[in-house]
Amino acid sequence: MLYAVLCYHREDVVGAWSKAEDDAVMAKLAVVQDRLAKAGRLGPVARLMPTTAATTLRKDSDPPLVLDGPFAETKEQLLGFYVIECASLEAALETVRELARANPGGAYEVRPIAVFHPSHLPDRAGVAPE
Amino acid sequence: MNDLAWIEAALTGARPQAVAALLRYFRDLDTAEEAFQDASLRALKTWPVKGPPRDPAAWLILVGRNAAVDAARRRRRHEPLPPDELLSDLEDTEAALAERLDSDDYRDDILRLLFICCHPELPATQQIALALRIVSGLTVAQIARAFLVGESAMEQRITRAKARVAAATVPFEAPGAPERAERVAAVAAMIYLVFNEGYSATGDTNDMRRQLCGEAIRLARLLLRLFPAEPEIMGLAALMLLQHARSAARLDAEGQLVLLDAQDRALWNRTEIGEGLALLDKALRHARPGPYQVQAAIAALHARAAHPQDTDWAEIDFLYATLEAMQPSPVVTLNRAVAVAKLRGPAAALELIAPLAERLAGYFHFHGVRGALLLQLDRGEEAREAFNRAIALANSPAEAAHIRAHLDRLDVGMAQGDASLG
Repeated sequence: MLYAVLCYHREDVVGAWSKAEDDAVMAKLAVVQDRLAKAGRLGPVARLMPTTAATTLRKDSDPPLVLDGPFAETKEQLLGFYVIECASLEAALETVRELARANPGGAYEVRPIAVFHPSHLPDRAGVAPE
Repeated sequence: MNDLAWIEAALTGARPQAVAALLRYFRDLDTAEEAFQDASLRALKTWPVKGPPRDPAAWLILVGRNAAVDAARRRRRHEPLPPDELLSDLEDTEAALAERLDSDDYRDDILRLLFICCHPELPATQQIALALRIVSGLTVAQIARAFLVGESAMEQRITRAKARVAAATVPFEAPGAPERAERVAAVAAMIYLVFNEGYSATGDTNDMRRQLCGEAIRLARLLLRLFPAEPEIMGLAALMLLQHARSAARLDAEGQLVLLDAQDRALWNRTEIGEGLALLDKALRHARPGPYQVQAAIAALHARAAHPQDTDWAEIDFLYATLEAMQPSPVVTLNRAVAVAKLRGPAAALELIAPLAERLAGYFHFHGVRGALLLQLDRGEEAREAFNRAIALANSPAEAAHIRAHLDRLDVGMAQGDASLG
């Protein structure tokens, strides 16, 4: 089964990490990711830009309304996600516990994936919008 | 990250909201700050044991408010402080309080806190110091290091700033739309001052000063989360991110300034450029241009050029002309001259800046740019004169060293000229 692991955390807290602290967390996460990748269980991984870079299209009106900012004004925001392959929910939680040890605070939402289209994109993260 | 680092990040993150709410309760900056300090100390004791609360800001506001009320009562009756265990189970009250802290309320709280720091009666240096102390929570020692002054001098500066703010009246009721727009604009200007304070740091100054850039970007993101649909705040954040992205390439190993043309663009921070461009993209969609957006657009053109020769100087010239029309200033014209020199040659640029000579007579960059243009036109003696004036006006050893390098090259050129005569 493929699972999405949605990473939620308080943005003001993550934003208060120093560069060194941020790097340290990313390095610890990379260790877990490496292990998953070697086991052939790691799908796409994304860290999202701050919610200030987000735009939301509300499609419950016609024409849809374009709003600045993230969809929800919650205390903990969606800051990134993983796709991982796990035999069971128990196995998925085991993996997520490892990620949590590397990056405590906030929450991971584990959600089974119903439809998955593998990526055809090269890595262009952070590349300029045209 | 260990427990302590996590708690410190949580305290820093929650600080603006917590201090802002405490200020609304107590209407006094010192009381609000002390209350936050008290709450932070209790957090350091309690959180490692009980785990961090779901909403650190709400916890700190509640505990801080109780602590300050207790302190006031104690001063009156000399009552002992209640033991920590009595303060323990905050979960219910915390949830209730969090409920009441709806986003509109705390938006105006934080804006008021930021606005108090940039009160028009405060000189720029005091505004920056106050914002760094109150909003960012830097210690007086850290701020003193950033400004290269002694700790007691900085303590005095902050105390004076607080006294002035206390004497001035900042209304506590929710501001109307025009006041709110005015406050946002004043706060944006103050944030950019903080950024420039850090950005002007060069090899001869210290890390603390450079960190001010990161602090300014953090404040801009905070302001943008409060006012997510303000294109000028997007522009401000984009501008700072795009400029800051070049930090690693701006100074060489000796701490000397490296001009844009000579920078190793591989050292530019792609993540910051990406975020800056995304924010600018969002801002432009509003079709409400302003000075920060135009400046960000100029920075974006540099960021998009893989090599200096790919720079779209015609567009940069156009954008500077737009900026001149929005906020006429000799400094903007001087910047435009650099684009004009690339497009139409040094003579045209020299002509553009000639009328500025009187107004910018005391401005380092004016003489630096003028010297460089004269040099390109092979007017060595005049160039030397301009460079000498620039050196006399340099704001830092790095600026002086940069001009001295020009003079040295001039000397070499002259010496070679002499040799060829002989």
